[in-house]
Amino acid sequence: MNQPASAYFIEERHDPNETHTLAVLVQNEPGVLARVIGLFSGRGYNIESLTVSETEAQKHLSRITIVTTGTPMVIQQIKHQLDRMIPVYQVVDMTQTKRSIERELAMVKVRGQGEHRVEALRLADAFRARVIDATTESFVFEITGNTDKINQFIDLMRPLGLVEVSRTGVAAIGRGPEGM
Amino acid sequence: MSDKSHDPNQMTGAAMIVRALIDHGVTDIFGYPGGAVLPIYDEIFQQSEVQHILVRHEQGAGHAAEGYARSTGKPGVALVTSGPGATNMVTPLTDALMDSIPLVCISGQVPTHLIGNDAFQECDTVGITRPCTKHNWLVRDVNDLAKVLHEAFYVATTGRPGPVLVDVPKDVQFATGTYHPPRKSDVHRSYAPRVKGDATQIRKAVSLLAGAKRPVIYSGGGVINSGPEATKLLRELVEVTGFPITSTLMGLGAYPASGKNWLGMLGMHGTYEANMTMHDCDVMLCVGARFDDRITGRVDAFSPNSKKIHIDIDPSSINKNIRVDVPIIGDCGNILGDILQVFKAEAKKPDIKTWWQQIAQWRARNSLYYKKSNDVILPQHAIQSLFELTRGKDTYITTEVGQHQMWAAQFYGFEEPHRWMTSGGLGTMGYGLPAAIGVQVAHPDSLVIDIAGDASVQMTMQEMSTAVQYELPIKIFILNNQYMGMVRQWQQLLHGNRLSHSYSEALPDFVKLAEAYGGVGLQVTKPADLEGAIKEMISVKRPVLFDCRVAALENCFPMIPSGKAHNEMLLPEQANDEATAKAFAGGKALV
Repeated sequence: MNQPASAYFIEERHDPNETHTLAVLVQNEPGVLARVIGLFSGRGYNIESLTVSETEAQKHLSRITIVTTGTPMVIQQIKHQLDRMIPVYQVVDMTQTKRSIERELAMVKVRGQGEHRVEALRLADAFRARVIDATTESFVFEITGNTDKINQFIDLMRPLGLVEVSRTGVAAIGRGPEGM
Repeated sequence: MSDKSHDPNQMTGAAMIVRALIDHGVTDIFGYPGGAVLPIYDEIFQQSEVQHILVRHEQGAGHAAEGYARSTGKPGVALVTSGPGATNMVTPLTDALMDSIPLVCISGQVPTHLIGNDAFQECDTVGITRPCTKHNWLVRDVNDLAKVLHEAFYVATTGRPGPVLVDVPKDVQFATGTYHPPRKSDVHRSYAPRVKGDATQIRKAVSLLAGAKRPVIYSGGGVINSGPEATKLLRELVEVTGFPITSTLMGLGAYPASGKNWLGMLGMHGTYEANMTMHDCDVMLCVGARFDDRITGRVDAFSPNSKKIHIDIDPSSINKNIRVDVPIIGDCGNILGDILQVFKAEAKKPDIKTWWQQIAQWRARNSLYYKKSNDVILPQHAIQSLFELTRGKDTYITTEVGQHQMWAAQFYGFEEPHRWMTSGGLGTMGYGLPAAIGVQVAHPDSLVIDIAGDASVQMTMQEMSTAVQYELPIKIFILNNQYMGMVRQWQQLLHGNRLSHSYSEALPDFVKLAEAYGGVGLQVTKPADLEGAIKEMISVKRPVLFDCRVAALENCFPMIPSGKAHNEMLLPEQANDEATAKAFAGGKALV
């Protein structure tokens, strides 16, 4: 094996990447989001999507949903690194449980007239998107679904006059009666 | 007047800080005053339970606190002001994080209403120190201060120990609020480090150990951090199983260097027998170590045919670098106790005679060999002499970072834990001198020696003044080769012998420097004078700078070249130009 002269072992590993959705329950205190994000940037992990909100106000609990990619070893590291942070209560790999529902909300602005406008409305109906704003030359659609469905809808809107998109990022919850 | 004015728990934030230190049994702290911590310094002035050691630079306070912590097992405490005081603490905090040293740093901050205003000596201390602490806090309300301080001590000292920082704005130090002594509810409910190991995993581990033909125990700093019980149990496990044992740089002293099962340190500059044993073993028991890249060498060729058991209190250490077969999460001492109990009840000592014969052959290669000279002092010989002349004395050793550090690890035999303070993970040049100050404060009557290099020691040399002020008779044993030796070694091996900026130009006269500080300077240049000079250094009861002039171009072997496996070590007798060139194939042309 030839590697350049270095004090470090530099060969990269080439395990295939996986995408995982992690639900992280944290104490809602100043700086907690910075800690989580700092962990990802500091250790070179990816964030594909990030959704944060307080979920239990009385207990000051927030839920952070992170979609990340990495090799299986890296995904395991991410979970352990998150879990050892002091204000983190729990980390659940929603992808690993295979029993989770993931949803995202997007607002999609489309501008057009005539046939394009009609087609946009028709497709929105098929995707169960709602019209939440309209002018004579534009619509704003609200659509909820998993990431794939939203991507698909946005792709369809592109030739019909897509102007802009605002997405919430993924929220995930487990199926069945049990909590996290 | 209200009743509250008679409540002894009503006090200022500054008073709470001193009170909390006392409640946590802190007797010594290291610090440097400044505008944003003056109220705390005023409280320190008016009491005598906590002794404050004034350093010359905040980095010195941090390393001194680390030395104090490593040599006692208690948390080290540093007190610094806002802005530059806090930024100067970044290196020691990072150092303590890498080596899992319990450190509590209290920093002053500008008043709450000025935070974010670019006020004088303001910086975002919690932002800057977030990635280099185990946890940190900014306290905005004096009534939260007691809880935060108690939590800080708890977080620093439990689980995998580490540094914490509490940032206290000046108005919070002045404000009056309610103090309470430490109580359980002070700690985040989300923080509950696991202590006890999983029983099923422990059984799996024992059955692997009992069936081993070529076992090895690989121990690390976690054993020392776990406390004296873990050390005792590790020694007992070696006794009961008869297994060979090696250790990381951080773990030296957990098993005595004079023990018959001791293989020496492993890793990049470890012994041949330790690395070969790791490479060829069939069962590896890793206790409180983390498969660091200086240990493993080439990861895909690391101990390819072994089943690996890994005991660690930090789940994120598991499968980080090396995939293991039996991970056990929990405290080393606790788990070693359980393993021993199950082993003694259900297994018997495996017969590993042929394994020991193999190890004996590797030992016979004498990988730490060096050629003594009558004309010039070899650095290895200097450390061996220092070891012989301090053997049996109550000695603590600190080091800086570089060749001298590796030679110290190779040639100074540690018999007990907490006697060896070195910057392992971060590799901080300038660690050793202030660390020695911290050790000497904790152990005023012991012999404390910093094995140093001429380059490293200049990074924190100003702390000689601290040593003189507090009459701390630390001994700075400088292996002076007039080079940044380890940098030069790599340049020789990998960068075509182009010695770019690794020569120590314009070195000070260390003898005169010592005298200028009010300490004692000694210099030795000839092997014949070495012993006498070391004896003199030991007998002097004042801080000493010992300028030991050693062979300038000596390099540190054995060595695992980068990108190579444990069984591809470069041994000293092979380290001629041709073999070196071959070992570093892929590197640039070698001279």
